[in-house]
Amino acid sequence: MNISHHFDDATLMAYASGSLPQGMALLVACHLHWCPHCRQRLSQAEAIGGALLDKIEPMSLQANALKSVMDRLDLEEEIPIPRIDPVQSATNLPAPLHHYLQTDLDHLPWKRLGYGVHHVDLNLQGSGTTRLLKIAPGVSVPHHTHSGNELTLILRGSYTDEIGRFSAGDVADLDGEVKHQPIVDTDQDCICLIATDAPLKFTGIMGRLVQPFIGL
Amino acid sequence: MNNDEPLGGDVNAVLSIAEEKKKEMRDNWSARLTSLAETRDKAVFASLFDYFAPRVKAYITRLGMPPATAEEVTQEAMLSVWRKAHMFNSEKASASTWIFTLARNLCIDRMRREKAVEYELPEEEPDPDQRDQGEHLILEERMRDAIATLPENQAQVLHLSYYEGKSHSEIADQLGIPLGSVKSRLRLAFSKLKAHWGEEE
Ligand SMILES: [Zn+2]
Repeated sequence: MNISHHFDDATLMAYASGSLPQGMALLVACHLHWCPHCRQRLSQAEAIGGALLDKIEPMSLQANALKSVMDRLDLEEEIPIPRIDPVQSATNLPAPLHHYLQTDLDHLPWKRLGYGVHHVDLNLQGSGTTRLLKIAPGVSVPHHTHSGNELTLILRGSYTDEIGRFSAGDVADLDGEVKHQPIVDTDQDCICLIATDAPLKFTGIMGRLVQPFIGL
Repeated sequence: MNNDEPLGGDVNAVLSIAEEKKKEMRDNWSARLTSLAETRDKAVFASLFDYFAPRVKAYITRLGMPPATAEEVTQEAMLSVWRKAHMFNSEKASASTWIFTLARNLCIDRMRREKAVEYELPEEEPDPDQRDQGEHLILEERMRDAIATLPENQAQVLHLSYYEGKSHSEIADQLGIPLGSVKSRLRLAFSKLKAHWGEEE
C-alpha cells in the first residue's frame, strides 16, 4: 500500500494518551494497521506516557493490595482475548473495522444521502459521529468546515481536494481551520471512514440545503 | 571563593550519580519485566508491583476515576502485567511505557463499558538500522530528560492530555485558547522530544 498522507502528530498524541473519542480511535487503529511509519511515531508518543508515569507522584494503595493481587496470580487464568489477524483477507479491511462490520464493504446496508452519496453510520457511543461514506465518481461533497476535528481514512478509490490526492490507506487529518471540497477523481466509487468529534458545518447555499437533509 | 568551585563540583557529581542510579533502576525494570515472562518469579512481580502500582494508581486517579475504581483498576492492571509479561518486548518499549499502555487501555475499557478488542499489530519488517534493546531504552531515557526542558505552556498541554486524558477541545476550553493553539503546542513539544530520538523528521 502506497500511503502518502498521515496523521498529525497531535492526533497520534491524543491516541497515545487515550483521549480520542471511540470512533476516531477506531479510525487511527485502522490506519496503524496499514502504516509502519505511523506505528513508529505512535511508539514515540507512547514513550511520553511512559516517561510521565515515571515522574508522577506515587499514590499508595490499600494495605492489602499486593496480597490480594498475589492471591489471584495462580487463581485465574487469563480469559483469552479474541485476537484478530492484522488484515482480514476475506474483506480486505483492517482488523479493527472488520470487527465492527463483520462483512465486506459491498454487503453493507448503505443508505442514500443524496445524489451519488451513500452512508452507513457505525452508531458508536461518545461525542462526534463515525460513518462510512460512499461517493460516486465525479461527485463532490459540499464545501464544509469543521467545528472540531475530522479524520478520514480512504478504504477504496480516491478523491482530490484543495490539499491533494487521497487514495486507499491515506488519511486526511483536518481541524476547524480547513475548508475543503473533496471530489472523486476516478471511475470507481470512493469509500472512506470518517470520524469527527463534533458535527460538520457546511458552508454556502449548497451546504444549507444539504445539511438538514443528510444530517451530517 | 576558591572553595565554591570544588564544592559545586561535588554537588553536581552527587546529582549526576543520583541520576545514574535512577536510570539504572529504569533499565532494571525492563530487564525484570523481561525475565518475569520466563521465570514467573513472584518475588520479581512483587518488586514491579511496589514500584509501578502506586504510579499507575496516581495516573488512573488523575484521569478522573473515583478512588475505589482507581484502586480496583490498578490491581487489574498489575494482574495484566503478570499475565501479559510474555508480550512485553524491550526492543519496542520500556517497562514504564508498556505498563502505561496497559493501564490506559484498561481505563478506556472502563469508560466505554464495552470490552475493546485488542488488535495484533502487524509484525514490523526488519529494519536495516534496527536498534538493539539497549539503544531503545537510551532513546526513551533521552526523551524523559527532554520533557523536563519543555517550556511551561507545552508541558502544560502535555500533562493535560496524558495525565488527565483531556481531549484537545477540552484543553482549549479549559485554557481559553483556540483548538489550533493546543495542537500546535503539542506538535512543538513532540518534535522537540522526537529530536532526541534522532529522527530526521
Ligand atoms: Zn501513516
